Amino acid sequence: MAENKGIAVYCEVKDDKMLPIAAEGLGIGRKLADELGQELAAVLVGSNIGNLAQQAIAHGADRAYVVDDTLLKDYQADAYVNVMEKVIGQIAPQVLIMGQNDCGRDLAPRLAFRLGVAVTMDCVDLAIDPASKRLLQTKPVYGGNAQAVFTSETNPQMVTIRTKAMTALEPDASRKGEITSIAADLQASDIRTRILDKVVEEVAGIKIEDAEVVVAGGRGIGSGEGFQQLEELAKMLKGAVGASRPPCDNNWVPDTIQVGLTGKIIAPELYFAIAISGSSQHMSGCSGSKTIVAINKDAEANIFRQARFGVVGDWKKVLPAFNEKVKELLAS
Amino acid sequence: MNIIVCVKQVIDPEAPPSIFKIDAATNKAEMRGVPPVIDPYGEFAIEAALKVKEAKGGKITVISLGAKLSREVVKKPLAMGADELILLDDEAYIDGDSWSTATALAAAIRKNGEYDLILCGREASDTNAGQTGPGIAEILGLPCVTLARKIDVADGSARVERVTSDGYDVIEVSTPAIITISNEIGEPRYPTIKGIMTAKKIEPVIWKPADISIDASKVGAAGNRTRVNKLFQPVYEGKCEFAEGDSAEEAAANLALKMREAKIL
Ligand SMILES: Cc1cc2nc3c(=O)[nH]c(=O)nc-3n(C[C@H](O)[C@H](O)[C@H](O)COP(=O)(O)OP(=O)(O)OC[C@H]3O[C@@H](n4cnc5c(N)ncnc54)[C@H](O)[C@@H]3O)c2cc1C
Repeated sequence: MAENKGIAVYCEVKDDKMLPIAAEGLGIGRKLADELGQELAAVLVGSNIGNLAQQAIAHGADRAYVVDDTLLKDYQADAYVNVMEKVIGQIAPQVLIMGQNDCGRDLAPRLAFRLGVAVTMDCVDLAIDPASKRLLQTKPVYGGNAQAVFTSETNPQMVTIRTKAMTALEPDASRKGEITSIAADLQASDIRTRILDKVVEEVAGIKIEDAEVVVAGGRGIGSGEGFQQLEELAKMLKGAVGASRPPCDNNWVPDTIQVGLTGKIIAPELYFAIAISGSSQHMSGCSGSKTIVAINKDAEANIFRQARFGVVGDWKKVLPAFNEKVKELLAS
Repeated sequence: MNIIVCVKQVIDPEAPPSIFKIDAATNKAEMRGVPPVIDPYGEFAIEAALKVKEAKGGKITVISLGAKLSREVVKKPLAMGADELILLDDEAYIDGDSWSTATALAAAIRKNGEYDLILCGREASDTNAGQTGPGIAEILGLPCVTLARKIDVADGSARVERVTSDGYDVIEVSTPAIITISNEIGEPRYPTIKGIMTAKKIEPVIWKPADISIDASKVGAAGNRTRVNKLFQPVYEGKCEFAEGDSAEEAAANLALKMREAKIL
């Protein structure tokens, strides 16, 4: 345990770009490394990604390790776990940071168990304990009803971080660092899965992750048609439509617009929660919004505990009148 | 087709957040006055298993780990249509992290014998970790596909649709394999009266650590590789300003005016 040193950040690459979550990992990684007086290493895995290592260094890494192999073109757990096991074995970091997203949810626990450690998933805060110098890993539990602070009893201390919970550094292109390439040593037969298809469900208009205004509806909307009125408001405010889980489960709206712990985590300027009760799991996805506005017929609904403005009433009556008034205000 | 499903008993995650409480003395969470339930994603995993069984036939064995498990709760999967129930029910198993829990479950799966599929929920509603499935996969040396919304089983392989943030991937995996299940698999079925009657007659098998050939120091809190230092409830400040009016329409217009005034519109 004693010889593990430094902070490592797994920098996920997709479509020849380093993902924003990687820059966020490097941002917090830099801070922790400075506090410990240790180095920050970036790990990049993929196919044809040589030129991205410099990007990781510009975002704060002191050095970068690159594994480039055609077998790593698409993320497949078997390949990536093997490669990461080798790389982490070589770097022997004290802390390993990954992202809580499609890939991290799959890769981090597999890798952790391969390395003989448990990972703390979905951290919203990371800090060094002044006394023990161990990593304090804060993550929501009970669907967001509570938060727990974990420490690891083994090394590397492994975590995934929630999207947008950590801040990336302004990239500095003049930063220098050593780039090391590591051979993948993979055989095609190591990979027990095969990707047959990647289906992308296109959404019209602004993507919910990028929207400054999100108009979200819940179970109380009652049907797919109901969502058209939310669409109208979203259009007026140049925003996107979102939903809690029940409208997705009922196929009123596509699954890709689900907001929450197991859906999208977003932080728009303005979030409308219409006929949404405000379960902790849903709030996990939108509590970072600057302003929450709620319409709900139940004055006791949990959503009003986190909303800045609210109306108690039937959305079928409230929303059309609200849309009318907004149209009038925007025109004046 | 032998299907194993790992499910646990949890405090009801969908009870109103206002009754969620943490007992400071024990660092334990509860939903005041609401009985425990089967973990919702575990229930989705049971539903996935039942769908595979309908298509291919076979046997569904459910494994739950905990201490003093409520028979009424843990028997729900049987009432839904699962065939057998194994309980790792002992004080030794409590307060385990994902490491010690996956270790005990993997040992139980080994002892139970042949399997083609092992299903888990995508994440438990209390820990929100999603490590148990992938962890068991590593311990048993199996391939694993997470976040499934559909499973089609063929000879020696399964075709799985895996939920992604912008759609889904279609993945073929060799079996035996571990698959974790997402809610897109479809609403779990309700137990039928007949199912409830059948479940009543099925005696769960109970395995203590010694029964699964595992040292008590490897399970529960004793086997942990992470430690909880603190458990707390985040506080939300701020107050909701309600827009009012004699009618819903008037309240709506007032809401728009309030938002304009606050320069949000
Ligand atoms: C591990 C886990 C993960 C989960 N992940 C997510 C997630 O990512 N996202 C998510 O959303 N959920 C998630 N859930 C589900 C979550 O617990 C809730 O079940 C869900 O968020 C409830 O959605 P809702 O508020 O739309 O429905 P409900 O809780 O049923 O609330 C409906 C609301 O609509 C109001 N209403 C009804 N009719 C009207 C009307 N005519 N006018 C005005 N108001 C009306 C009601 O008063 C009520 O407040 C998760 C659950 C678990 C266990």
